[in-house]
Amino acid sequence: MFPELGQIALIIALLLAVLLSVVPLVGSLTGRDNLQAFARPLASGLFVFIGLAFALLTHAFLTDDFSVAYVANNSNSLLPWYFKFSAVWGGHEGSLLLWILMLSTWTLAVAIFSRRLPSVMISQVLSVLGMVAVGFLLFIIVTSNPFDRLLPNVPVDGADLNPLLQDVGLIMHPPMLYMGYVGFSVAFAFAIAALINGRLDAAWARWSRPWTTVAWAFLSVGIALGSWWAYYELGWGGWWFWDPVENASLMPWLSGTALMHSLAVTEKRGVFKSWTVLLAIVTFALSLLGTFLVRSGVLTSVHAFASDPERGTFLLMLLAVTVFASLALYAFRAPVVHVRSRYGALSREVFLLLNNILLVAATLLVAIGTLYPLVLDYLELGKLSIGEPFFNLTFSPLAVATGLLLGAGIFSRWKKTDGGWLGRTLLWPLAISVVVSAAVMVGYGGFRPWAFAGVFTASWVAVATGWDLWLKSASRQGRVAGLRRLSRSYWGMVLGHLGLAMTIAGATVVSNYGIERDVRMMPGDVASVGDYQFVFTDIGERQGPNFTAQYAGFDVLLDGDKIAELHPEKRQYRVGMSVMTEADIDAGLFRDLFVAIGERLSEDAWAIRLQYKPLVRWLWLGALVMAIGGFLAIADRRYRIRETAREPRPVADAPKGGAEVLS
Amino acid sequence: MHPIRKKRLTIVLVLLVGISLAVGLITYALRQNINLFYDPTQIASGEAPLDARIRAGGMVEEGSVIRDPNSLKVEFRITDFNRSVPVEYTGILPDLFAEGQGVVAMGRLTPEGRFVADQVLAKHDENYMPPEVAEALEKSSGGQHKAGGMASPVVTQ
Repeated sequence: MFPELGQIALIIALLLAVLLSVVPLVGSLTGRDNLQAFARPLASGLFVFIGLAFALLTHAFLTDDFSVAYVANNSNSLLPWYFKFSAVWGGHEGSLLLWILMLSTWTLAVAIFSRRLPSVMISQVLSVLGMVAVGFLLFIIVTSNPFDRLLPNVPVDGADLNPLLQDVGLIMHPPMLYMGYVGFSVAFAFAIAALINGRLDAAWARWSRPWTTVAWAFLSVGIALGSWWAYYELGWGGWWFWDPVENASLMPWLSGTALMHSLAVTEKRGVFKSWTVLLAIVTFALSLLGTFLVRSGVLTSVHAFASDPERGTFLLMLLAVTVFASLALYAFRAPVVHVRSRYGALSREVFLLLNNILLVAATLLVAIGTLYPLVLDYLELGKLSIGEPFFNLTFSPLAVATGLLLGAGIFSRWKKTDGGWLGRTLLWPLAISVVVSAAVMVGYGGFRPWAFAGVFTASWVAVATGWDLWLKSASRQGRVAGLRRLSRSYWGMVLGHLGLAMTIAGATVVSNYGIERDVRMMPGDVASVGDYQFVFTDIGERQGPNFTAQYAGFDVLLDGDKIAELHPEKRQYRVGMSVMTEADIDAGLFRDLFVAIGERLSEDAWAIRLQYKPLVRWLWLGALVMAIGGFLAIADRRYRIRETAREPRPVADAPKGGAEVLS
Repeated sequence: MHPIRKKRLTIVLVLLVGISLAVGLITYALRQNINLFYDPTQIASGEAPLDARIRAGGMVEEGSVIRDPNSLKVEFRITDFNRSVPVEYTGILPDLFAEGQGVVAMGRLTPEGRFVADQVLAKHDENYMPPEVAEALEKSSGGQHKAGGMASPVVTQ
C-alpha cells in the first residue's frame, strides 16, 4: 500500500514539475502576473510530493518491507536502524530520489529566500529548476523506480547493504555531495533566466553569488567526507586516488570555485559577464556529467550500482539536451556589447581572470585524464588507464601557481594596483614563507622540491591572508574595533583562503613525509615506523551485530612510552559473506597512526599495514574551514538589505514583463 | 600602441602561454603515464612491451598461489583459460583476492616473461568482475565463458 502511494507521489511531482517548467515561464514572457504567481506554490508542491515519496521509501526501509525490490536488494533485518536509514540512498534508485529531493529543496529555498527579486526573474529561475526536475523525475519513473515490488515472491530477508557502505561516512557523504552538485543548478537557473530576459547585470550576479557559494561549500564538505571515508574505510590509508568517481566531483568543484570568483568580478565591476554565464552553465553540466559517470555504470566502482545500459543512455541524453539547449541560448543571447570598463594589468580584475584561467585549466586537465580512457574504450581503440602520476604531475604545478597568484592577488585593488607598493607588501609574506618552509623541511627531515613548493605555497597563502587581515583591520578606534568592522563576506574570504592553505599543507606533508610499511607480523612482534614502535599484542574473535571479526590488539610506543592502543579488525559479514578491513587510527592534529590487518598468511602470521600520516587531518579540516568561510560569506548583511535600493543601473531595459517586485 | 590594445595583447599573450604550457605538460604527462591493458594470451605470446608499466588481468589460477614464509612476497598465475602468466607481488593483497577470482595487476614485465606487480586490484564484491578481465575471458573462449557465470560468489577464506 505505502510503496504504491510513493509511486503516485512521484507521478504527481512529475506533473507539478511539468507545470512549474511551463506556466511561470509563459507568464514571464507574456507579462501575465497571474501565471507567474503559480511559481512559488508549484515549487512548494513539488517539494511536498517528493518529500512524501522519500519519506515513504524511508518507511519501507525502517519497517523491513522486503516486498519492495529496492529495499530487498539494499537492506537486511539485521542492520542497525541508522544504517537502514542511510541505506535509503545506498543504491541507485534511492540515491536518485535523494538527488531529486535535494533539487526540490533548493527550488523551495529559492522560492522562499528570493522575495525581493523581480517576479520575472524568479518565475524564470523556478521554471528552469522545474525543467531539471522534469528530466530527473522522468529518469527515475521510467528507468529506476525505487518502489518496484517483488510480488508475489516476497523474500524473507534482504540481501544486505554493501558492507563498505555500512559506515557513518555514508550517512553524511552523499547528502552533502548532492547538496553541492544540485546546488549548482540554482546558479545555472539564474544564468539561463538572465540569458532569456537579457539581464546580465550586477544585480543578477549578486543574486547568484550566495547560492553558488552555498553549493560550493556543501560540495567542499561532501568531497572531504568522501576522501576521509576512503581513508579509513576502503583506502588502506589513501585519501585521494584520482579515481574517475572522485574526479567527477572534483571537476564541478574546480569550475564552481572559478564561478564564485568570476561572479565577484561581475558583481563589483560589471565585467566578465559572458564568461560568468558560461561558467555557470559548464559547472552545472559538469555536475550532470558527474552524475552520469558515477551512476550510469560506465565506471566500475563502489558507486556504480547500475549496469543497465538504458539508464546510462537516458542520463547521457539528459546531459546532451541540457548542454545543447543552454549553449544554444548562450550563443544567441550572450551580451555582445563590450563593456567600457577599464582596468590595468595589475588590477584585481586581472588577478581573478588568471585565477579563473588556472582553475579552468585544472578542470580541463582532470576532464581529459578522466574521459580519455572512457572515450577510447567506447570507440574500441584500446583499453588503458591513466594513473595517479599523470594527475600529480600536471595538477600540482597548477595548484602551486594558483596559490602563488592568490597570495599576491589578495592585496590587489580593483582597476589598478601600484606595482611598487604590491612588491613591498609581498616582501614580508615572502620572507616568512621561506623561513616556515625551511623549518618544515628541517622538522620532517629532508628537502624535497615538491614538498618545498607545496609548503611554501600553503604558507604564502596563509601569511598573505593574515597580513591583509592585519592591514585591513587597522583602525583609529583600535584593533578590536577594526576587526569588528570587517564584513562577514571578507571574513568568509579569509577563512576560504586559510582553509585552502591548510588543505595544501596537509596534502603536501602527508604525501612527502608519510611512512607506510607492509610487514609480516605474529603476536609479540614489534615493527617500527619512523619514531614509533608498533607492538602486535594479540588477536582474537569478536561478534558484531551482523558480522564476525578477527580483532587484533596493537600497542604504539614512542620513546618506550605507550601512547596508544589500537584495535584493527577483519570483518566477515554474515549475509553477503563479504570481507571488510576495518583499520584503526590514532588520530591527532599533527599526525595519524594507522594500523590495518591484511590477509592471514599462516596459522599465526598476518600481513599488517602500519602507517604514520603527518598532518593528514589538515586536508579535511581545511575543507571544513573553507566551507565555514562560504557560509559566513552568505551571512553578509548586504545580501539581506533591499536589493532594489542598491540597483546600480535602471532595470527598465528588461524586455516585456517588467521588473515589478513581488513582495 | 593604443593602451587598450596593448592591454588586450598582453592578456592574449598570457592566455596563449598558459594554454601552451598546459598542453605541453599534459602531453608529456600522458606519454609517461598511460597504462595499457593486456590479457594473459597477449603477454604470453610476447605482445606486451617490456619497458612500460602495464596492466594485466585474468583469473587467479586454482592452486597457483605460493607465499614466501618469511616475507609478504607472493607468487601466483593469472590465466584466461588459454595461456597463463606468472605474477609476483610483495605486499598486502586485497580482501577479495582468491584463487578462481578475477584480478587486475599493475606492474612491469621482465624479459623472462614474469610479471612483477606493484599493485593488485580485486573485485569490489562477489558480483563484480573487472570489465577488462571479463572481456579477456570472453575473447579467449569465443564467448563460452559468460562474465556473470565466472564470477560465482565463492569466497575462499
